[in-house]
Amino acid sequence: MPERTLMGGNIAIAEGAILAGCGAYFGYPITPQNDLLEHMARRMPEEDRIFLQTESELAAINMVYGAAAAGFRSMTSTSSPGFSLQQEGISYMAGSEIPAVIANIMRAGPGLGNIGGAQGDYMQCTRGGGHGDYYLITLAPSSVQDMLDYTMLAFELADKYRNPVLVMADGFLGQVVESVVIRERVKKLPEKKWAITGAAGRPKNIINSFEMNPMDHPARIKLILQKFERMQRNEVRYEGLELEDADIVLVAYGSVARSAMTAMQEARLHKIKVGLLRPITVLPFPYQPLADLAGRGCKFVAAEMSAGQMVEDVRIAVGNRNEIKLVNSWGGVPLTADEIFEAIDLLA
Amino acid sequence: MDGFEDMIFGRPEIMEDRPTHFCPGCGHGITQRLIGEVLDELDLQERAVCVASIGCTVTAYAYFKVDGLESAHGRAPAVATAIKRCRPELVPFTLQGDGDLASIGTTEIVHAAARGEKITVIFANNATYGMTGGQLAPTTLIGMYSASTPHGRTVEQSGYPIRMSEMLATLDGPSYITRVSLHNPANVRKAKKAIELAFRAQLAGLGLSFVEVLSMCPINWKVEPVKARQWMADNMIPQFPLGEFKCIPEVEALKKEVKG
Repeated sequence: MPERTLMGGNIAIAEGAILAGCGAYFGYPITPQNDLLEHMARRMPEEDRIFLQTESELAAINMVYGAAAAGFRSMTSTSSPGFSLQQEGISYMAGSEIPAVIANIMRAGPGLGNIGGAQGDYMQCTRGGGHGDYYLITLAPSSVQDMLDYTMLAFELADKYRNPVLVMADGFLGQVVESVVIRERVKKLPEKKWAITGAAGRPKNIINSFEMNPMDHPARIKLILQKFERMQRNEVRYEGLELEDADIVLVAYGSVARSAMTAMQEARLHKIKVGLLRPITVLPFPYQPLADLAGRGCKFVAAEMSAGQMVEDVRIAVGNRNEIKLVNSWGGVPLTADEIFEAIDLLA
Repeated sequence: MDGFEDMIFGRPEIMEDRPTHFCPGCGHGITQRLIGEVLDELDLQERAVCVASIGCTVTAYAYFKVDGLESAHGRAPAVATAIKRCRPELVPFTLQGDGDLASIGTTEIVHAAARGEKITVIFANNATYGMTGGQLAPTTLIGMYSASTPHGRTVEQSGYPIRMSEMLATLDGPSYITRVSLHNPANVRKAKKAIELAFRAQLAGLGLSFVEVLSMCPINWKVEPVKARQWMADNMIPQFPLGEFKCIPEVEALKKEVKG
């Protein structure tokens, strides 16, 4: 592989996973991420690693659980309807403290919906999605380089917290082809003494999410909740552009962040002081920096391809004091820079 | 052990020294003990992986001194598949009931079998959903009481019971499929031989090995424990005939190694 190359978004996720030492990939075809699956089908055997196309997304997530329980870095990729099927499996992994990476290349819903890109799974990703009290670090790439880098980061964070991590992209980003720097391969993977490797020379390892004595369950959950608290405190990531003097702050992630950047540049040409706060982690969400900007008197434009999901996190950060405008698209239609600029213009 | 030189029957080494949670007359205790004996005899303590499932087998890993894990309802064959493909030296086995394998998990068992995954599946068929209180299972007999068919299962409402062994035997992937029963000591002996052969098939690197064990659930059948075994023989065997449904030549060749 050359040091810099052109690559599609979905392919970058696949190559990022390989660089990060992903040892087992299980997936099921669903548009718009079939190229990711197909790429892994070819590449994983080349790297002497496990690939299997499964009978469903249900089987895929449970195979990810099995491989991860066996101590392998393991991942699956899917799109929104398949992601819905995987919620139970993800809940099991969160409850069993099993690391894994799940890439959701979002498409428009609800239901069968549209194969066009969307950001309508935001709540599903950041408010659990499956049953029970758990939280997943959710990384939101907005370039093909991000697709590669954040996938590598996802494996690192998954192992760090023994918890599944989501890479949340959209169908458009999956197809975009951009120039990408190929990062260095991860050489040493962390040791996993808790893994299922055969009880030779050690007491048996048990992986489960349940206590035989129900009275023991709250204490177990408390430990996991404390872990989530550390996770949420320590892993906030975001990118700020031109925020120093901004009167209006755009909040956008994924491919919408790219449209937002164009809208921001357009606004600046019109002498409107616009900045962009791009969450890299939508969980943990960058509440504090937004609250600080609100304290400075900024107005906000939340831009997303959904009926209005991320905007609620902006509202939590900002409160009632400052104006928040939502500009959005839905149904698998991209949100354009022009539409975002119009929203800025109305607010200015 | 001093004073125990004459002991010819005891808890298998691989089983934990703890009481089980099963009801009086339940078949699971027998099945798990047979598995324990086989794991001891084949010296698999360091390699076996118990993939528990949802139902009365949910705590199976608590009874064996081997690595073990939970699996979501129906998905044990998928979990075992991943473990075996990642770590082929391990010997994963699943322990599943009627709901887990024949209802919610039909997709996973069919595809694991079709792919010829080198795992061992022990299917406890007691024609009911034990853990949750005796609701209809895909294996419940026509006319049989269940908590969700209180007037007895009817064809009009719930169709026909599923014969999993026969169905899976139509696939090319599995190497060994058999149905055994626990209704009397002679059949318990046969069940043990079947379980041993199934594990030997996995050790020989052959395709999916599957043992369906007709098992008692007196509590939910509303039959007295001492009568349950005969009830099972009288009522379940006609619907679920005992015998081998698939045994490839390589597994046939392993039979001479089986002690039983």
